[in-house]
Amino acid sequence: MAVADAIQSVDLVETSLRELNRRLHAADAAPQWRVAHPDGAHAVAVGIDAEIEVDVDGHVGYYCAGMNKRATVRVHGNAGVGLAENIMSGTVVVDGYAGQSCAATGRGGLVVVRGDASARCGISMKGVDVVVQGSVGHMSAFMAQKGCLVVCGDAGEALGDSIYETRVYVRGAAHSLGADCVEKELRDEHVAELRALLDRAGVAGAEPAEFRRYGSARKLYTFDVDNAGAY
Amino acid sequence: MCGIVGLFAKRPDVEERLGALLGDMLGQMADRGPDSAGLAVYRDPAPAGSTKLSLHSEDPGEDWSVLGAGVAVHASHAVVVLDGEADDVVARVRGELPHLRVMSAGTRIEIFKEIGDPRRFVERFDLASMAGSHGLAHTRMATESKVTTEGAHPFSTGLDLCLVHNGSLSNHNRLRRMLRREGVAFQTENDTEVAAGYLEWRLREGDTLQAALEACLVDLDGFYTFAVGTADGFAVLRDPIACKPAVMAESDDWVAMASEYRAIAVLPGADAAEVWEPAPAQVYSWERRGDREASPVARPLAETGA
Repeated sequence: MAVADAIQSVDLVETSLRELNRRLHAADAAPQWRVAHPDGAHAVAVGIDAEIEVDVDGHVGYYCAGMNKRATVRVHGNAGVGLAENIMSGTVVVDGYAGQSCAATGRGGLVVVRGDASARCGISMKGVDVVVQGSVGHMSAFMAQKGCLVVCGDAGEALGDSIYETRVYVRGAAHSLGADCVEKELRDEHVAELRALLDRAGVAGAEPAEFRRYGSARKLYTFDVDNAGAY
Repeated sequence: MCGIVGLFAKRPDVEERLGALLGDMLGQMADRGPDSAGLAVYRDPAPAGSTKLSLHSEDPGEDWSVLGAGVAVHASHAVVVLDGEADDVVARVRGELPHLRVMSAGTRIEIFKEIGDPRRFVERFDLASMAGSHGLAHTRMATESKVTTEGAHPFSTGLDLCLVHNGSLSNHNRLRRMLRREGVAFQTENDTEVAAGYLEWRLREGDTLQAALEACLVDLDGFYTFAVGTADGFAVLRDPIACKPAVMAESDDWVAMASEYRAIAVLPGADAAEVWEPAPAQVYSWERRGDREASPVARPLAETGA
């Protein structure tokens, strides 16, 4: 086996975070990486733009896999604030919990959280798909514009406040809905979309028909055609 | 910013190393609060009928020996156990040695705090030598008031009680005026001292710690993650918006809280500990059960889960 094909192991006790990220950003980065001892470090595996796979063994701090493009980043532990912030494409999977603002402003790709995600999950998401196997905290999908947020557990207060075109699917209870967020009919195309998302996320034991769909009532100021010329 | 760490020992060998572990945790949070650092540690109960005081002097040449042979000097601070009930002892010290600042009073609590790099604080106060049942520590990035020793955290909130805070309060001036009318004394213009005074007032009015913290949710306007130390444990509360971070973890050996997980990662067995984010507007507390000298056992009063 050529050296370039071997799994590259990086121990953050021995190697600096900047050095790890520099190697992941290199044009000839190896296809598979294993990162040991993240110990809650911030900005682990941010800004990758390559079709590589990175497995992180342990808990990470803030902004892990932020701005990710094309790569698959798997965290075998919990993640702190801002997991996969502004993800463009690729896949980010966290085995444990995710902190606040998971997948914030994400434009594409898939973010999967096996445990719970905290407050503001999917805030201002712009095309990313987010699948949370547990529950999400308050103000999730706040001002969410595009993509899907799938919650297999419950959702906290003010779900989908000021939401635009993101589709939100919740299997459990939504504590309350934010301004202009309403429950909508779960039609066949939504069941199909959900099934595909759950499959992609590797979620077993959740049936699409068990979910409720939420989205925008399109009643806020921005949706009123009379305001179209205001700016 | 600001950083908070807290550690509660569930085993005697962790008690032996409590200060060293808290020092390691504090070092991880130094970047969150480079202005000042402070520690509240609970240990060595004072005998019945006596009171333990933590005192601070601005004078590097302070002659602490006037307090008696039992005084323990820690850099700019000293800890002394004096005969008498707390109110009398504090009044006596303030009367006879008015240049000293009383940082804490009670039976188990000791508070040390100072301006400057938190890592320097850990060395200067030799945290590695301190055993204890539990403790809280703080690194400060000042926003609402000056960088001074008295503006550093923890703030004492009454006998054996202390508060550390990450965040800022918006209505502290109005609350301070109200609390002054209620007879609560303040030494600074600091917002956290107002939260400490508020808790002291609620407890004096008969609230339990749980009820006093829940009252904070109604009366305090602003951002906060609070950690409150008591003689037997500690409690954690985040405001309902929960902008300020907090992580909690529990292993067979300890319970810990911190602003970020990297402060918990330095603890032995952190890899295997249960780790979670405390939910907003919910009080989490731990205390030792039963006989104070018995082997401590953690008791979560609230459900764990994000």
